[in-house]
Amino acid sequence: MNRKVALFVPCFIDQALPQAAIDTVTVLRRVGWDVIFPEDQTCCGQPGFNTGHWETALPCAERFVRVFSDYEYIVCPSGSCTSMVRKHYPELLASSPSHDEAVAVGKRVYEFAEFLVRIAGVTDVGASFPHSVAYHPSCHATRELGIYAEPLELLRAVRDIDLRPLPNEAECCGFGGMFSTKFGMISAAMGDTKAVNIELSGAEFVTAIDPSCLMHLSGVFGATGRKSKTIYLAGVLASSSAATAGARE
Amino acid sequence: MSTAAQEFLRKAVIKSADLEHRATIQRAVTSYDAAVAKGKLRFADWEAARTLCAAIKADAIANLAQYLTEFEQHVTSRGGHVHWAENAEQANDYVVEVAKARNVKTVVKSKSMVTEEIHLAAALQKIGVTVWETDLGEFIVQLRNEPPYHIVTPAMHLSRYQIADLFRDKLGENVEDADPVRLVAAARVALRRAFFSAEMGISGANFLVADSGMVAISTNEGNGRLTTSIPRIHVVVTGIEKIIPRMSDLAALWPVLATSGTGQPITTYSTLVRGPRTASEPDGPEEFHVVLVDNGRTGLLANPETEEVLKCIRCGACLNICPIFKQVGGHTYGTIYPGPIGSIYTPRTAGLSEWGHLSYACSLCTACKGVCPVKIDLPKQLLGTRRDFIAAGNVKPAERVGFAAFRWAAADPARFRLLAWMGRKALAAVNALGLSGTALDPMRVWTKYRSPMTLPKQSFREWWRENGNK
Repeated sequence: MNRKVALFVPCFIDQALPQAAIDTVTVLRRVGWDVIFPEDQTCCGQPGFNTGHWETALPCAERFVRVFSDYEYIVCPSGSCTSMVRKHYPELLASSPSHDEAVAVGKRVYEFAEFLVRIAGVTDVGASFPHSVAYHPSCHATRELGIYAEPLELLRAVRDIDLRPLPNEAECCGFGGMFSTKFGMISAAMGDTKAVNIELSGAEFVTAIDPSCLMHLSGVFGATGRKSKTIYLAGVLASSSAATAGARE
Repeated sequence: MSTAAQEFLRKAVIKSADLEHRATIQRAVTSYDAAVAKGKLRFADWEAARTLCAAIKADAIANLAQYLTEFEQHVTSRGGHVHWAENAEQANDYVVEVAKARNVKTVVKSKSMVTEEIHLAAALQKIGVTVWETDLGEFIVQLRNEPPYHIVTPAMHLSRYQIADLFRDKLGENVEDADPVRLVAAARVALRRAFFSAEMGISGANFLVADSGMVAISTNEGNGRLTTSIPRIHVVVTGIEKIIPRMSDLAALWPVLATSGTGQPITTYSTLVRGPRTASEPDGPEEFHVVLVDNGRTGLLANPETEEVLKCIRCGACLNICPIFKQVGGHTYGTIYPGPIGSIYTPRTAGLSEWGHLSYACSLCTACKGVCPVKIDLPKQLLGTRRDFIAAGNVKPAERVGFAAFRWAAADPARFRLLAWMGRKALAAVNALGLSGTALDPMRVWTKYRSPMTLPKQSFREWWRENGNK
């Protein structure tokens, strides 16, 4: 019998970037895991927490803990939202009755690439992606969760991929949640700096384990006439030919 | 929005689009990065050194009053004077009084951010004293009538060509090809005259050593030594958080500060001074004053959540790694301390409502946390500042309504689905009408700088209902 994961789909992915979650489901099933989507989930609370609106973040977090408390493995197609639950719930819920449960749930939430490599023990998911790709290590995944090697291992196992090193890879792309709208001019300038480095890498695509960074970069590329394309990691891993990659951009 | 917030936005728009500025800072930071990477290799264990420095500063902050009193006793026992200043005004008044009483006409200053913070030079100029900044970078920005751009490298934003033009206009020196060696020589001529005419030298302090009453000063140009030894009066103006318990602590702090600040093993001149000239000493000042400035620091100390901010040794590492600093530069912040540390320090000490916006000028990339040599959790401090800013009622009506709606929707999946569906339909209509990116676009804050998003026909949860169980 297949083992089971509960999918935690961040609110903006649910509404704006569903393909990232659909590809996540595809890959998880392909490597032999059953996927369920607890439909009572809404938002993890990160938007409120990061903007100082803890009164909005708190009920979101308490709901999250309630909805996911029964699952052994919770998988999320975002490093940042995974980090919110694992690293920031203990502080946000410090005086909530859900605190202990939140700490326990936080230990069972995994970012998608981290889950595949560390828990499922898979690096080759049988994908083929005949394109040049640069990996952008997103901030929270890399610095807060220590996820760096896993997505690269998964990418290296993809057939026909041409993986390119990204200059100054550790620098932020400029998304930063509400930062991207409060200080759009700085956010876009940071995105442009990242875009220059992506072009320097010579890669056709930039990939990451945070669809939010890619959504922002894609918008910056569009506004400045750059040719680079974005694709979420699960999109690469779900691909078996060049045609499907094109459909997922 | 506060005046400071409006000003920040105005300058940020200009600097973010200034590609020449971006290239200048990128060049400076790239050479800094290379030097620091090399510098860290000199340590057998850089992380252990950080841990040690963090522990030393944590101890100093936890026992601040005791260590400061110990320091004071040592200084006064050798005939020096210690003045405790609660705010900028008290600190400036004291120095102005000393200058007046001793008939001081000329002051030389070595680099000190605290004197920038309290605007000491202006207070002295007001009574007719000529003030010379003697750190080369500070000298340059003083000639330009600007505040320092960066806490360690005040003229980071200028090219040698701009400096050559400045020296021609202000010093009457024509430096051929903007040759850096000749530029330094031109500045040296002007500054040597100042050193030998000054009656008072004012320095900051990098560390105050409690167990020996010593003032430790790190400089790279020797101007700190000249400032503290030639004029007959030496005044140290510094923040109370600069105290460290023991002389032996410098063995860790000096190299760590230099490495984080510039990549050097130790700064070129590492100076220790402890009081007026004694009978057996051939030189040194006749008078020695230390002004210990609070100016909001005890407010940080009183809150257990913010006291760690006082561990800061002003190395500038968090500025140099900050991708926002690299785009907007030091002057955009409108503060004495720019970058991540300044975006915490300023709202916490100079007013949350006026300066709280700075805590949002951060993408929470957390890179600064990894480079802080005394392990201040800067991202956590920024988040705490934001929380307190909102709790104090600093929220725009639209944002308040937005979060209230979000809270209402997120409390129930059916409402969440409904509100999100309506939002997607509304945006699709805006896009269909060709209004995307115009003033009527509700997503203008996004599309002003980015191409419009392609909206999916279905949300994931809709897709899941149709396909999830297949």
